[in-house]
Amino acid sequence: MRGLRRTYRTTTGTLRRRRLEVEAVRGIDLDIGRGELFGLLGPNGAGKTTTIRVLCTLLLPTSGSVRVLGLDVVAQAQEVRRRIGYVFGGDRGLYDRLSAYDNLRYFAELYAIPPRRLRPRIGEVLELVGLTGRERERVEGFSRGMRQRLHLARGLLHDPPVLFFDEPTIGVDPVGAREVRQMIAGLRQQGKTVLLTTHYMFEADSLCERIAVISHGRIVATGSPRDLKAAVSDRTVVEIEAYGIGEPTVGRIRQIAGVEAVTVDAKDQMQVVSVQARDATQLTGQLLELLQGVRVERIGAREPTLEDAYVALVTAS
Amino acid sequence: MTGPSPQELLAAVRGWPRVLAIGWLYQLKMQAQSGFMIMTALIQPLIFATIAMADQQAGNRGLPVLYYALGAGIMGIWSTVVFGCGGMISWQRHQGMLEPLVMAPVPFALVLMAITLGTATVGLYSLVATMLWAALVFRVHVQLADPLLFGVAGAATVVSLGLLGLVLGSSFVLYRNSNAISNMLEYPVWLITGLLVPLSLLPGWTHPLAYALAPTWGVEALRAAALGGQPLPAIGWCLGTSLAYLLLGVWLVGVVERRARRTATLSFQ
Ligand SMILES: Nc1ncnc2c1ncn2[C@@H]1O[C@H](COP(=O)(O)OP(=O)(O)O)[C@@H](O)[C@H]1O
Ligand SMILES: [Mg+2]
Repeated sequence: MRGLRRTYRTTTGTLRRRRLEVEAVRGIDLDIGRGELFGLLGPNGAGKTTTIRVLCTLLLPTSGSVRVLGLDVVAQAQEVRRRIGYVFGGDRGLYDRLSAYDNLRYFAELYAIPPRRLRPRIGEVLELVGLTGRERERVEGFSRGMRQRLHLARGLLHDPPVLFFDEPTIGVDPVGAREVRQMIAGLRQQGKTVLLTTHYMFEADSLCERIAVISHGRIVATGSPRDLKAAVSDRTVVEIEAYGIGEPTVGRIRQIAGVEAVTVDAKDQMQVVSVQARDATQLTGQLLELLQGVRVERIGAREPTLEDAYVALVTAS
Repeated sequence: MTGPSPQELLAAVRGWPRVLAIGWLYQLKMQAQSGFMIMTALIQPLIFATIAMADQQAGNRGLPVLYYALGAGIMGIWSTVVFGCGGMISWQRHQGMLEPLVMAPVPFALVLMAITLGTATVGLYSLVATMLWAALVFRVHVQLADPLLFGVAGAATVVSLGLLGLVLGSSFVLYRNSNAISNMLEYPVWLITGLLVPLSLLPGWTHPLAYALAPTWGVEALRAAALGGQPLPAIGWCLGTSLAYLLLGVWLVGVVERRARRTATLSFQ
């Protein structure tokens, strides 16, 4: 029975993998409402893909219970499969030697789309992802962005009410990535329930109504992007652009009282160090003291962004 | 929560032959172009066919050249199945296809069956090649005693070997190192099933094993249909073993799919 429940409950228990016993997901509780576009945000190795694979019936949970549309992913895997689409990022997951059309045709058969509906439906999804006219080409020659759109088309073939996206823009060029994001936003308009994983902050920020931040297999925060920003509103971020800041210096910065998180990014030859702190009144001075002998191009304070909130959450966990 | 209604279930089951046929067609389309598959189907069987047929023409063997050509042809189908099914499944995993295939609502066994039947069909390259070899190189006048039953026997052979491939293939879903198993299986089966030498020359204890293996019946049926004889019993045995492989294969795939979901061997990491 569909529509009996308005939400589906996701409680993934400790997932133990193989003899290595990697605890990829260590007890996640998550409820996602119908029609929601929900983001699972976390760094690489946080357990996002594992969580999605359990939801998609590809992995059995080690413990815990997971339901999609009220259906148990272990006991009712077959029914779950009929109602979900899984779109994963990356190059794989398509038959390179077949044309885009044949890839869709093959999967349309596997999803038992009635023969009469086949052609029109494939035409529809191709249109939707903007691949009309390219369907006779072999997938071999497709760019990452086109592949991603074909993935999406396949996920939509059987018009599932629930869709899972695992890092759908990974490796896609910026323009292509924006198109993919627009398509995902469009699905929301159609009333689909979407769970999206990403390690791009802005992607989650721009698309999702609610976000769960996952780190080391645990959810460390859940809420709207605004809620998460609010959690760090009492902080200040000091950004330093400089040449030649070594690891020991970064270590010393971390030790300053009140400093919550430090990140280092490279920009051209330069390093951009962001220091997040609760009390910033003396921070700039303390930093300059530590950075004596380093060529500092710029130093300045700014308001925290969602990115900073994310960094703080992941660092704290 | 209720499962699918009987009507839904019936509709799904009625769609299966179509899924199998289309799946087979697409898998065949991909595999028939694969250099690896073509090599597997051609090189060894042609070498063996050459040795056997040359030896025969030198007067050292009592049976017609075509007898050996057909044996070598089935050898090729077997090699294709034993390497192809493992290779195809590793390849599908590598391509990241196992996950979407498992996720599709049709039974995974059906999807795998389309793959292994496709592989066995590619093996027909081998049968055609060895027969052409006999005709062109050894100047044998290839005349089939019963062309229609020869066709039926060929199809039955492909089906039974494809389904045997399903039994093997299910284990390949679990074990990533399928080549070791394939290597181990290739030669013994050639020998035991009477592809190289007649069964009657082999020790008696190997016979029960031979009777359980489809290549035995496939080659017997093809030889009977080509050289004159009674192909029907062997075709019957082909189909009988097929049914047994089908049941075993479907059961194994179910077991293996569950295990793969537990041990996370579906994805390429
Ligand atoms: N098949 C596997 N076998 C063993 N460990 C795995 C496997 N897949 C993932 N892991 C481990 O589980 C953890 C979580 O991985 P994953 O869910 O892929 O994270 P994410 O998608 O967030 O990057 C990582 O430490 C990863 O190395
Ligand atoms: Mg991942």
